[in-house]
Formats: sequence, structure tokens, C-alpha cells
Amino acid sequence: MKIAIASGKGGTGKTFVSTNLFWVAKLAGMSVTLIDCDAEEPNVREYIEENDCCSENVFQQIPVIDTSRCTFCGKCFEYCNYNAIVFLTANRFIRIVEDLCHDCGACSYACRDGAITEKKKLLGTVNTISKDPGTNVVEACTEVGVYSPVPVIKKALAHINSHEITLLDAPPGISCPFITTVAPADYVVLVAEPTPFGLNDLILSAETLRKLEKPFGVVINKAGLGNNDTGQWLESNKIPLLLEIPFDREIARLFAEGILPVKENIIFATLFKKLLNTILTSTP
Amino acid sequence: MKEIVVISGKGGTGKTSLSAAFATLGPAKVVADCDVDAADLYLVLRPVNTHEQRFITGQKAVINEAACTNCGLCSEYCRFDAISQKNGKTIISGISCDGCQLCERICPEEAISMVQSDRSYWFSGTFRNGLMVHARLAPGEENSGKLVNVVREQARKTAACNELETIIIDGPPGTGCPVISSLTGAGQAVIVTEPGLSAFHDLKRLLQLINNFKIKSCVIINKYDLNESITNQMTEWLKGAGIPLAGKLPFDRLMVDAMLQCKSITEYSPDSELSNEIKSIWKFINEMP
Repeated sequence: MKIAIASGKGGTGKTFVSTNLFWVAKLAGMSVTLIDCDAEEPNVREYIEENDCCSENVFQQIPVIDTSRCTFCGKCFEYCNYNAIVFLTANRFIRIVEDLCHDCGACSYACRDGAITEKKKLLGTVNTISKDPGTNVVEACTEVGVYSPVPVIKKALAHINSHEITLLDAPPGISCPFITTVAPADYVVLVAEPTPFGLNDLILSAETLRKLEKPFGVVINKAGLGNNDTGQWLESNKIPLLLEIPFDREIARLFAEGILPVKENIIFATLFKKLLNTILTSTP
Repeated sequence: MKEIVVISGKGGTGKTSLSAAFATLGPAKVVADCDVDAADLYLVLRPVNTHEQRFITGQKAVINEAACTNCGLCSEYCRFDAISQKNGKTIISGISCDGCQLCERICPEEAISMVQSDRSYWFSGTFRNGLMVHARLAPGEENSGKLVNVVREQARKTAACNELETIIIDGPPGTGCPVISSLTGAGQAVIVTEPGLSAFHDLKRLLQLINNFKIKSCVIINKYDLNESITNQMTEWLKGAGIPLAGKLPFDRLMVDAMLQCKSITEYSPDSELSNEIKSIWKFINEMP
């Protein structure tokens, strides 16, 4: 079963939920894979003991124009939908803006003069952090300054295997990186804070998941900090509340140091075991 | 004109709450919410929108089944794995489609057309201490930074037209395109972090990015007392890296209480320790050489 852990707002506790779930699943003897898909700012690594560090590079193709062959016909410029080609007919000037290129291949197709070849550009890496017979932890990580994390996320998602449980730690927001991550999931856990900002972003995430027809439930994290509007909204929209995690300074302090609360605190371990069971029985 | 971007790398460190505080301190200013993926600043500033405009984020390919002969040429050329064959039919996945239009151009049957994604909007209006530009990205749209660009450009125009000196930009999390768009052309970056290994790691990545832009920056450690030992590590590290620490703010429920009342912390509890510290941080930011 593939479970994505997501939230519209950043910092609500996605990684907190995914890493703790990973640990209780592992302790329960299940085979489990955890994939950190927050490729712009991956953080799962801080909580997992590394025992394997194999890394694969993710590249994109970038066109290269051979101006000695180019007839300056402008066809590639016309085909590029991303403004990644600057073309001035009168000056016989043509140049690729590498940062804007999406690697669609349209310019290569368009060129009839054999003037376009392609070179590789590094977008990021997919790193295996830890690997045992029953567990696997993988991280997607973009190079700093890369425009879109999506190609790196897609490569990381290729590590989905036949393990009983796969946890996908999603990037924040409701746009492409989030959609790409939740697409293969059977179930989505949205992590929300019970504050006006948290609720506003939760409503947007829920709307998106409904459109994608993904079953989902909500974990309220840092309960006790805001008000009860989030709980009421879930109830009136018939969205299952999977768990409420109370705000606790001691837990916050532990997690900040890279320590998983489920390892240290029996009450937390019980909460997360229950959460895992609830999720496993929630899916069709 | 002074353009100050509030960013963080890691989400949830307090960008929006601090942006709201800065927005409501001192003379009138322009505020731009560039976190179009999770735009929350309007909840506190409650702007009255005077202008609303539809925004086209991109386009998606759709296939006309009646005209399609399932020749497979489009799926052969698609580099986004968006086109597949299922039960003898050619299907385009709206999720994977990047809108490059190559399939539409090469289809021998002209069975593919492009549909514009036009469910996103941007708004401009007034709030109690100036003018505000913000946006709503439709769920699932591509956040390529184009909408962020529009919001930022509109904020600049608004500031110029109204002769306002300061623009505050509430930025998005991460290090990708929306962040790059928020930073482009800005004069100053204020980075909000918190004492945790994750936030520390994200801060370093973000500073790497900012380095490419040569923008002067400073750091605020929010909720510093949640882990004082990491706060000390961060402080030492910043000193070594030569990045000024604008100030440290304690964890305080007042911050959430203010949000519940739709007020900034400096409006809700102007004389609190927290507000006084924010005021001195704001002064520090404005006086940075």
C-alpha cells in the first residue's frame, strides 16, 4: 500500500508523521519503503541512520545550437513554448536560455538543418540513505537553483517496490510537485495545524485531492495551539480525522535534534501504531 | 524603493506572521504575497480587492478520440510520459502533461488540441496600512514562478504609482522556481528559520541560492527557545559565515492568538516582549548597510 503524507502549508509536520510512521511499521515487522519527495528541501535524512549511500544522478537534456549549421529559419523558436530560445532574425542571433528549458524536445524535432544536438544538465540526485532486506529509505534532492523538482521526484518514485508499505513524504503546496508525488498513492494523509493559516491551506489541499479522486484523511498536528475550526470543518465535510497530536515542547525539542519521538516515548509510539492501523483499514 | 523578501527554505517557520507584523509597522507600504501555493497573508491583512484578473498558468493537451487513429507517434515523442495506450485508446494524462505542444504539432490526424489552464487569479487592493497584491493558484496548476512574477511586478508598479517607499514580499518555501522568482530584483532578503536540524539544513541550501543573487540578507531565528542548543549552533555558524542575525524570537502562543483574531502580533499585543523584539528586528533590517 502506498501512502502519501502531504500538506498545503509548510512546516505542519509532514516529515514528522512520515518518519514516525516508518519507524512503527518497521518495528511491527512490515516491509516498508520511505521516499522523501520534498526534493527542494529534503529532511528525512536527519531522522534515519544512514547505512548505504548509493546515489544516482538525474539529468535533463539541453539543446545546443551549432550556429555554423543553423539557417536562422526560426522554426525552433516558434516551437519552443517556454521562451527558452532567444532569436533575432535581423541580427542572425540565436541562443538557448538553459534555465527556462523544459527538455521537451520540440526544438530538436523542429530543426530541419541538423543544427541542434543535446547535452546533459544535472538536475539533482536520488539517494538511497538506508537499505535492509525489509526497509528502504530514498531521498530526492535537487541541485540548488534548479527550477522544477518534478523530474527528480519522478526518478525517486521509480523506487516504489513491492514492500507492504510505501510512504511518500510530499513537498508542500498544491501544485505540480505535490500532484506528482500523490499520483501513485493509494491513500493520502494530510497533516494540518489547527490555525486559520492551517485550515485555509487544508481546504485547498482537500479540494485538490477530491479532484484527483484520491481517498484521504487528516492528522491535526500541534493540537491545542489554535482553535477548533479545523475539527468542525472536517466534521461538516465528512473527512476522517485520523489522529490529533498535541503540541508538546519536549517532543518539539527531541524532533528538532533528529530524534524520533516514537523511539523515546511510549505514548507517542502507541499513537502512531494506531494511526498506521487506521490508515491501513481506511483504504478500499 | 526598497524591496524586502521574507523567505525561509523550510516551511512553517513564521514567514507570513512576521510579514504581517512588518506590513503593519510604520508608514504605509506595499505588500505582495508571493507564496501563491499557500497564500495566507490575506487572512490577517484582509485586503479590499479593487482589481481582479484571471491568469493563464499554462496549457494542457487533450485528444479527440474520434479523430485519433492510435498511431502512437505522439507517445513516442512525448518526453513527459504523459501519453499512453489503454484498451486500444490513446490517453493523455493531465497530471503529467507539461504543455509543450509537440504532440499537437506532430499529430498527422490533427486529433490533439491545447486547452488553457485559466483558473488562477491575482488581485490587488488596499489594506489598513497600504496596498496589497496577492494571488490564488488553482489547485494542481504548475507553479512555474510566472504567477509570482506577475504579483511582484504589480507590487512594484503599485509602489511606484503611489509613491510608496517599501515593498514587503511574503515568499514561498523551498529553493526552486517560485523562490527564484521572488528573489529576482529584490534588494534584501530576510530569512526566517527555527532551531532544528531540518531548518538548519534548509537554511544552508537557501543561502547557497541567495549567494547567486548577491542580495544582502539577514536571519531571524524564530521560536529560538524550543531548542536553545541548536539556536546556539546556528548563531555560531552564522557568525562564521558572516551573515548578520537580525534577532531571535521566543515561542509564544500570542503569535497564534493574534492570527485567530486576524491581526498581526504587533497590532494584537503591541507592548509584548515579542512585539518589542519584532520592532527592533524591523529597525535592524531597515538600517542594514
